[in-house]
Amino acid sequence: MNTRDLSQTLQAQVLAAYAQGTALQIHGGNSKAWYGNSTQGEILSVAEHSGILNYEPSELVITARAGTPLSELEATLAAENQCLAFEPPHFAATATLGGTIACNFSGSARPYLGAARDFVLGCKLINGKGEILKFGGQVMKNVAGYDVSRLMAGALGTLGVLLEISVRVLPKPETTLSLVKTLSAKDMLQQANAYARLPLPLSACAYIDGQAYLRLAGSEGSVKQAAKLMGGEPLPEHENFWFKLREQQFAFFQTEKTLWRLSLPADTDVLAELEGEPIYDWGGSLRWLVSDLDATLIREAVTKAGGHATLFRRSAKQTQTTVTSFQALSPELMHYHRQLKQAFDPKGIFNPNRLYIGL
Amino acid sequence: MSASHFNPDREQLIAALQAIRPQPLILTKPEELKPYECDGLSAYRQVPLVVVLPDKVEQVQAILKICHAQKVPVVARGAGTGLSGGALPHEQGVLLSLAKFTQILEINPERRSATVQPGVRNLAITQAVDHLGLYYAPDPSSQIACTIGGNVAENSGGVHCLKYGLTVHNILQIKLVTIEGELLTIGSHSLDSPGYDLLALLTGSEGMLGVIVEVTVKLLPKPERVQVLLAAFDDVIKAGAAVGAIISAGIIPAGLEMMDGPAIQAAEDFAHAGYPTDAAAILLCELDGTNAEVSEQLMRVHDILLQSAATEVRTAKDAEERATLWKGRKSAFPAVGRISPDYYCMDGTIPRKHLPQVLQSINQFSEEFGLAVANVFHAGDGNLHPLILFDANQPGELERAEAFGGKILELCVQVGGTITGEHGVGMEKINQMCAQFNSLELSQFHAVKAAFDPAGLLNPCKAVPTLQRCAEFGAMHVHQGQLPHADLERF
Repeated sequence: MNTRDLSQTLQAQVLAAYAQGTALQIHGGNSKAWYGNSTQGEILSVAEHSGILNYEPSELVITARAGTPLSELEATLAAENQCLAFEPPHFAATATLGGTIACNFSGSARPYLGAARDFVLGCKLINGKGEILKFGGQVMKNVAGYDVSRLMAGALGTLGVLLEISVRVLPKPETTLSLVKTLSAKDMLQQANAYARLPLPLSACAYIDGQAYLRLAGSEGSVKQAAKLMGGEPLPEHENFWFKLREQQFAFFQTEKTLWRLSLPADTDVLAELEGEPIYDWGGSLRWLVSDLDATLIREAVTKAGGHATLFRRSAKQTQTTVTSFQALSPELMHYHRQLKQAFDPKGIFNPNRLYIGL
Repeated sequence: MSASHFNPDREQLIAALQAIRPQPLILTKPEELKPYECDGLSAYRQVPLVVVLPDKVEQVQAILKICHAQKVPVVARGAGTGLSGGALPHEQGVLLSLAKFTQILEINPERRSATVQPGVRNLAITQAVDHLGLYYAPDPSSQIACTIGGNVAENSGGVHCLKYGLTVHNILQIKLVTIEGELLTIGSHSLDSPGYDLLALLTGSEGMLGVIVEVTVKLLPKPERVQVLLAAFDDVIKAGAAVGAIISAGIIPAGLEMMDGPAIQAAEDFAHAGYPTDAAAILLCELDGTNAEVSEQLMRVHDILLQSAATEVRTAKDAEERATLWKGRKSAFPAVGRISPDYYCMDGTIPRKHLPQVLQSINQFSEEFGLAVANVFHAGDGNLHPLILFDANQPGELERAEAFGGKILELCVQVGGTITGEHGVGMEKINQMCAQFNSLELSQFHAVKAAFDPAGLLNPCKAVPTLQRCAEFGAMHVHQGQLPHADLERF
């Protein structure tokens, strides 16, 4: 286990960049560098700024430096029979806690247990002026001041360099069991919503190639009871299935085409206008689409349904960089994004353009 | 920022408000303004310049445009149940009541969401979806009266936060009117939205960044079974240890509440819940989930409580007994109100492990200040509600109660907690913000505020203290010889 405090070094680098007005690209484990628009600047590496600072299982919170490997964090929690309930994907062995929070990545349990942002309790960061600031804390209930820590989740480092993060942890479920059912996509969507309206210990619901996968997590009795009600066949080695889905290791994801992430309201029907069968996760609220369709067409269809589309991974062949990763905001919302950027990073030195061009 | 910072022309303001079509209800007479002089924290009172009660979003936009143009402060108000003075009017400002926005706009069972206007009461949402087997989880104890708009502004919690989270975890989308009168949609009906998480930033922003005019909440399935246990202890510290033991066993109760001797006695006299009045502390533990899960957990928690030296463990036999056990806890505040002319409710949160130490200190402060205290806690999440008993008619007692409360909050910060778990900073805890945050952090908050409201018209002087205020406050509270905010000039 590597424990190092690089706060001072990182701060010095930010101060220098602030003084000169030069851009910095924030790197953690560099496991998700492909995510977002391309950015510029000198590399600010947080990877070595690592170590678990505080973990007491009965407090249900862990505090670690941003460069702490996600795997180390998860192993520490597992030793106490606890976990990050939002099941973040790693995408590489080097994935860090900081990068996970900066991307707000969450796995299959998200609709039932919450996203990364829901588990953030506090953080220490360096803002764009090189000031080290602390927000939130290590307690679940805390409403003193604006919720800056949660604002950092998904901001892709554009508002500050995360130094330390406190996240809420949960006990591992006593039992998990997954069921497989052969269904049409339409029926799966209908069932996923119907089950979510019932007090069932549902913790994941995905759909791949004509098969619905439902995961139950809870006490042994309640999992058994729910399995009986839901029907379907038990899925052997089910943990491996959810791991491969989370880490995008299915053949579906090994593509030359563009991988789109569609985030949609829970009751969105099959989007027939988008050719190709997606992989459904989050009970249908998240859909992975492999497609070379025009970005505008995809985004229009998804917007019409009340959602948004993210260009998750650009195809190897795609040279067209005019398509931005994230769906455009309304001019009014963009205005407040610029205002906030200005409030945290007045010289625009952190990860310029990575979230939105000009931000 | 003093009141003189704003100097609106009252006649000109009223004329502009009266010109809005359709005209909102405008109150200007002293006897009409009086009922709005305070919220749930009645120690602070201030009559506003004018009260406006719109019932259309367009009117809210028009009102804010006028206030923006005429540089008039605006304080938004829901049901006025807040406990930190967040809706305390500004003497030079408009009190904008959202009380007329009481429509439930849409209930969507498929999406498990409800879209409501901000003046809809918290409990009314659950009542409206009850027939679908759904409910809205956050349940502040004022849920019968408090509104969802206020809940979002304060990021309200309640008894069930430990398992189901705060308001921020249970909403999907809000519509917000900015000080410039612009209508923004924040979040979406999907589980996430592109860009910054403005939904998180605005939740709990205490009316400082905008006025909430619509909220879409998430609905959860009602649990199949709910069960409540009561455990009595002869020592508060043992009760605190039992809380840790339950959570360490991998059980997340739906609610885990603690009361100390004086609170038990007051609640029992008031509600006749059958509490053991000779106990030094009681724990109420609510378990919910599927039938099977609750049965299993019930047995385990029962054993843990006995192992933690509980002198008595009781399980509610039926829904009626469960309701009675909760009634005692939920009426703790009015019950204490009956035994003391006044009480001052604190709201710090601490890491649970420090509970014994903090309780000891609270008792010491109690002796020091010569004021009794009754303790009620959301023990599961470390949220303390010490109720300081005093008599405002006795000269100096209010000041002593405030000083006592201030010491408790500063102690919460020292042990790694926070000055407010769910009631908000408002006007009340503005000085303690200086203990929790340093000048740079407060400046960052001010920059966030300026991003939305550069002129500082929305809820002025609340939630985030000016650095000057902290310098003045710090000068009175020098801790271990270290002058807080030493980098500031002092006058």
